Amino acid sequence: MANITVHEDDVLIKDQGFDDHFHEHHHGDKYQTNFIFHYIFSMDHKIIARQFLITGMIWAIIGAAMSVIFRMQLGFPEESLTWIKPLLGKWIEVDPTTGIGKLVPEFYYALVTMHGTIIVFFVLTAGLSGTFSNLLIPLQLGARDMASPFLNMLSYWFFFLAGIIMFYSLFLSTGPFSGGWVAYPPLSALPQASSGSGTGMTLWLVSLTLFVVSVLLGGINYITTVLNLRTKGMTLWRMPLTIWAFFVTAILGLLSFPVLASGFFMLIFDRSLGTSFFLSEIFIEGQALDRVGGSPILFQHLFWFLGHPEVYIIILPAMGLVSEVLSVHARKPIFGYRAMVYSIMAIGFLSFIVWAHHMFMSGVNPFLSNFFVVFTLIIAVPSAVKVFNWITTLYGGNLRLNTPMLFAIGFVSMFISGGLTGIFLGNSAIDIQLHDTYFVVAHFHIVMGVAAFFGMFAGVYHWYPKMYGRFMNETLGKIHFWGTMISAYAIFWPMHYLGMAGVPRRYFSFESFDAFRHFTDMNKFITVFAIIAFAVQLVFVINFFYSIWYGKKMKSKNPWGATTLEWTTPIEPIHGNWPGNLPVVHRWPYDFSKDEREFVQQHVPLREGEVGDH
Amino acid sequence: MNTSITNKRNKIHAQKFALWAAMASISMMFAAFLSAYIVKQASGNWLEFSMPITFFVSTILVLLVSLSLHVTKGYLRNSSAKYYKAGVVISLILAILFIISQYVSWNTLVERGVDLKGNVSGSFLYLITGIHVLHVLGGIVALMISAVYAFFFPFDNSAGKSQKFDLVVNYWHFVDGLWIVLFLFLMFYK
Repeated sequence: MANITVHEDDVLIKDQGFDDHFHEHHHGDKYQTNFIFHYIFSMDHKIIARQFLITGMIWAIIGAAMSVIFRMQLGFPEESLTWIKPLLGKWIEVDPTTGIGKLVPEFYYALVTMHGTIIVFFVLTAGLSGTFSNLLIPLQLGARDMASPFLNMLSYWFFFLAGIIMFYSLFLSTGPFSGGWVAYPPLSALPQASSGSGTGMTLWLVSLTLFVVSVLLGGINYITTVLNLRTKGMTLWRMPLTIWAFFVTAILGLLSFPVLASGFFMLIFDRSLGTSFFLSEIFIEGQALDRVGGSPILFQHLFWFLGHPEVYIIILPAMGLVSEVLSVHARKPIFGYRAMVYSIMAIGFLSFIVWAHHMFMSGVNPFLSNFFVVFTLIIAVPSAVKVFNWITTLYGGNLRLNTPMLFAIGFVSMFISGGLTGIFLGNSAIDIQLHDTYFVVAHFHIVMGVAAFFGMFAGVYHWYPKMYGRFMNETLGKIHFWGTMISAYAIFWPMHYLGMAGVPRRYFSFESFDAFRHFTDMNKFITVFAIIAFAVQLVFVINFFYSIWYGKKMKSKNPWGATTLEWTTPIEPIHGNWPGNLPVVHRWPYDFSKDEREFVQQHVPLREGEVGDH
Repeated sequence: MNTSITNKRNKIHAQKFALWAAMASISMMFAAFLSAYIVKQASGNWLEFSMPITFFVSTILVLLVSLSLHVTKGYLRNSSAKYYKAGVVISLILAILFIISQYVSWNTLVERGVDLKGNVSGSFLYLITGIHVLHVLGGIVALMISAVYAFFFPFDNSAGKSQKFDLVVNYWHFVDGLWIVLFLFLMFYK
């Protein structure tokens, strides 16, 4: 039997599909009628996915541009920044005699804080999980839409509102919040602590509280959809790894974000109502504050109870996307499907009991730290299982080295490099030296920043035809990949050396430290590559928007030869995803190179004696 | 037709499941407050005070709300429209009385010198009961919507409508149970 052609494919679903009487009611009409309800207040999961993606991209550009500005300060502190004065206004102070413009130190902190907040929450949580959970959960499970399209729409609009408020805070005369993305008190709890701690922090809190609501609405929906709206035959053990990853991610979000909300509520009480949950014995300008008995460490516990699962909320979806992309483009079944699923679950579970490894140096009991060291190091086990399985999937595969595949392989590379340094940092003893140095910056940027971006890029390039019916340009894609890959390592590799030498992070300038003087050239090197990395991302943005209108058209339904259900939907997306019946699933999602067939889609019935599960 | 499809989908009601997920999420938030409470209390400088009597009244009221809603659900199922309407109204009144009892308790505490800004044990009490009251207010809004449907629309106990009312009742059982857990915790955790 040859590969299933488009035509046979339709017939199969028509004849053997599952009729849920969806198209007998005309509830689809209200989505399609006018521009506002089709593109703006849409309840269709495919449109919402694109809204998340494009909003995330806008935030990514803002967040990355900020990093370029503070990298300029770190790499070239002598150079004049007068040329960005039109953009930053009073945050560039120009010396009237020499004409040299300098970044105001307070704004440097604001930039670092906003860079972290924006990239972690708005780009890698909403932009990554929001986009692909929305796009793929219904499509890969054979559902008409999310369990509650309305909540889904609200999820996006809460995110949008959070974004608007955060964006507004960038333009305050006192500046946005500048006490670090972790918002530790007292900098976050006392409005008088720094210029950004006033209105800037208030807006930060409001924005992120709305963001928590968005994540919860989204998460409830994703979990409900996965458990309730799978098509016939789609057992849990036949779900693609993408769905498993989104599912566990949503559970993590649902259980950890409320804890962050608790911390925020207490912070709001401390700021506005005069309580002292986190404030204690503080003197301001010689005057003792009237707050007694609070503990700033308490906030750190609440924050990191979210904060640690949050890094897995970021990386798990990327892992899911990469597993799928690697398998499809290596033309091989994913190696160790069940082991992959159990690893996702193990990582999800462990992520809740390691939070204090962010606090080894905060004065927590060293004896207690030991437990967190052990659990932290145990995470290396499921992570290593996943890495092993990805590499084994590649081994002996019939690799197509196109852009999504390159990014997926790049992800594995980044995850290994960044994961290994995690083993150093997870040890409380080594952390005494490395804590709050550039080693930490290098570690988390590689393992959850760059790696998650790579997963996201792999996903965007791979599912772009599903989203827009066209392909992105391959040449520009490869330029994007190699530019990003090389500059990402060039930026973060040297930072390990800085960190081991003890160079602290978050410092505005190192000019007065003799010990770090010989790193001047290394900092220049890093900054140059940061600028290159940013420029290369613009290639991606141009490619993305150009291809929406002028990209190569998708001619067949399943251009990659993938097995999952999203590639059985029509090229022109419709409301309800499938025109007639829903496909019925007969097998697991990784039937590549099976018998004499190159690939077998999930809705193709089993032959005599064939096994559907693995 | 293919006959190998034996795995039937588990039919859980999607909205009901979503509500359960939301409850898990809310529980996590209160779990965070309670753990913060435990940690803070262990570090000393902790004011002990007795609970105002009106908090006990609150507890009786939440039990009554749950009971009343449970009975009302039965009336809806048995198509006793008149009793159903009465049940919704009585539940709503009891719920509002709960909010009032909370407010009175806060005032009593303030009179006794336990205020929001003072010792952190008082701050915790206002924080925890306050956020709980916000969740109860959410339930009151839901109950008001049920009341509007009960009085201004024809009586309807079709599966869809009953399930919607079920959601309201389940949410109320949840916030009621939550209050009892919180109250017992605040009273007995020393």
